[in-house]
Amino acid sequence: MAEEMRIVLRNYGKIDPLKIDDYIAVGGYNALNKARSMKPADLINEVKSSNLRGRGGAGFNCGVKWNFAYMAQADQKYVICNADEGEPGTYKDRLIMEGDPQSLLEGMAICAHAIGATQGFIYCRGEYPSVVKTLNMAIAQATEKGVLGDFSIEVRMGAGAYVCGEETALIESIEGKRGEPRIKPPFPPVVGLWGKPTIVNNVETFANIPAIVEKGAAWYAGIGTPSYPGTKIVTLTGDVVNKTFFEVPTDTTIREVIFDFGGGIPDGKGFKAVQIGGTSGAFIPAANLDTPIGFDAMTEIGAVLGSGAVFVLNDTRDIVDVTARIAKFFAHESCGKCAPCREGTMRMHDLMDKINSGRGKSADVVLLNKLGRVMSYSCLCGLGQAAPAPVMTTIEHFPADYNAKLV
Amino acid sequence: MNYQEILAKYADKPGGMIEAFHAIQEELNYLPEEVIIEAAKVFNKPTAQAYGVATFYSMFSTAKRGKYVIRICESAPCHVAGAAEVVAALEKELGVKMGESTADGLFSLEFTECVGQCQATPVITINGEPYLDVAPAQISGIIAAYK
Repeated sequence: MAEEMRIVLRNYGKIDPLKIDDYIAVGGYNALNKARSMKPADLINEVKSSNLRGRGGAGFNCGVKWNFAYMAQADQKYVICNADEGEPGTYKDRLIMEGDPQSLLEGMAICAHAIGATQGFIYCRGEYPSVVKTLNMAIAQATEKGVLGDFSIEVRMGAGAYVCGEETALIESIEGKRGEPRIKPPFPPVVGLWGKPTIVNNVETFANIPAIVEKGAAWYAGIGTPSYPGTKIVTLTGDVVNKTFFEVPTDTTIREVIFDFGGGIPDGKGFKAVQIGGTSGAFIPAANLDTPIGFDAMTEIGAVLGSGAVFVLNDTRDIVDVTARIAKFFAHESCGKCAPCREGTMRMHDLMDKINSGRGKSADVVLLNKLGRVMSYSCLCGLGQAAPAPVMTTIEHFPADYNAKLV
Repeated sequence: MNYQEILAKYADKPGGMIEAFHAIQEELNYLPEEVIIEAAKVFNKPTAQAYGVATFYSMFSTAKRGKYVIRICESAPCHVAGAAEVVAALEKELGVKMGESTADGLFSLEFTECVGQCQATPVITINGEPYLDVAPAQISGIIAAYK
C-alpha cells in the first residue's frame, strides 16, 4: 500500500503551533538563515530547479514566478500568501495554518529575501476567524524573536467571496475594494498590490519552501512525479470511509487515494464518480481511477488536480442533482464583472435546475455543452472558465443519468 | 466602541475599509446605511464604492440581523451529507425561513458556501463558530445554548 509522506505537514500534531520555540527546536528558521546566506538569484534558481509548482491550482513553476518579481525594478515589492481557500471540500491550508503557522511565515520570509520585499500579507478567508488569531499570534512571536528581520507580515481577513481566491481579485480585496479580477497581463509579479511587483503564492506552496531550501532542490525534484514533484495534501469528503486528510507523493493514483487511504466506499456501496480539485473540478469516472494525482496526468484525462479536494460519490447518488447544486454555487459566486460568467453561470444554473426537476429536454443538454464551451474560453478569470467543468464532464461520462431525467 | 471610533481607528490603514467593516459588524452585526456613508468619507471614496464593498461580500449585511447569525453550508460535500434536513430542522426550531430573523432579534438564518470544515459534514456556524457533523436532532440543543 502507498504511504503518506509529510513535507508541508511535517510538524502537524507534533509541535505546539502557538509556541515559536517548539518550531525552532525542530529546526525551524534554519532554512531562512540558509536562504539569507545565499544570493537572491541563487536562491531563486534553487527553487526553480526543485520544480515546485503552485499548490493553489494553477501549477505554475514557483521559482520562475519569483524571478519575474526579482527582475522587476521597484521601490517596494510585496509577498502575499493566498489563504482564501474557498474550494468546497478543501481545508488543507487551514491544517497548515492551525498546525504549523511558523512554517508559512518562514516560507514567506524566504520569498521576501529572494525578490527583495519587506512587506507581506496573508489574506485569510473570513470563515476562519480562529486561524486569523493563530496567525496573528505566530507573527507577534516571530517579530518578538526577531527571526523575520526587516520583513513584516500583516493578516487581512476576507469576507466571504470565492472569487477572491483568484490572485488579482485577492489583491483588489486587500486594497479595500470589491474583489473583482483584473485583466491580465500585466501579471502580479510585475504589477500587483498597489501597482508594485507582488508574489502571490498559496499556503501549501509557501509551506514547502523551508524544506526545499534546507534539503535541496534535487531532493525535492526526486519525490513523486517528475513534472509535478513533491507531495499534495488531499482532503477526502463525500462517500468515503475515512473522511480525513492525507499528504501523499504526487505519483499516488486516484484509486490509492480513495480505496487505500480513504478506505473505500462505506455501507457496501459501489463507486460512481469522484470530483477532484474542488467544486470547479471535473467529475472522473471509474475508468480513470488509475491516473496519478500529478498536475499533468490529471490534465491529460480532462480533469484538474486543483486544490486537492477529493469528493467521492457512491453509485446510489443522483449526480445530476449534485451538479445542479454546484451550478447554483457558481451563479452565486460569480462576481459579475464579465458578461460570459455573470450571464453564463446563471443560465447554466437555470438549465441544470430545469433538467434536475424533470422539465428538461435533450436540446437543453446540447445547449449546456455549447454554453460551457463558450464560457471556458471567453470568461475573464478562472472562476468562469472552470465553472462549466462539472456540468460538461458529468454530461460526458454519465449521459444516462441526464437522459433519465429528460422529458 | 461606536462606529465612528472604529472607522477612525482604521482610517490610516491602506485598504482598511474591509477590516473596518468587519470590526463594525462585530459590534452591530450589520452595516447600517449611515456607517457606509461615513466610511466613504473617512476612506475618501465615493459612497457608491463603499456601498459596493458592503454588498459584494457575503459576510457583510446591509440589513439588520439577529444577535446570532446561523449559517448553513450548502456546498456539495454538505449537500450530500444532508444539509437540507438540517435547514428544515433549523427553520422549524426557530419558526423563520432561511434569510429571515427571529422576531426577538436573537437569530438569523443564512446560507453559506463551504466553510472549510469538510472532515465533518454537514456543518453550520454560529457567529463564526463551527458545529460539525450536525444532525437534525441536535438542533434544539445547539440553539438552546444561545437563548
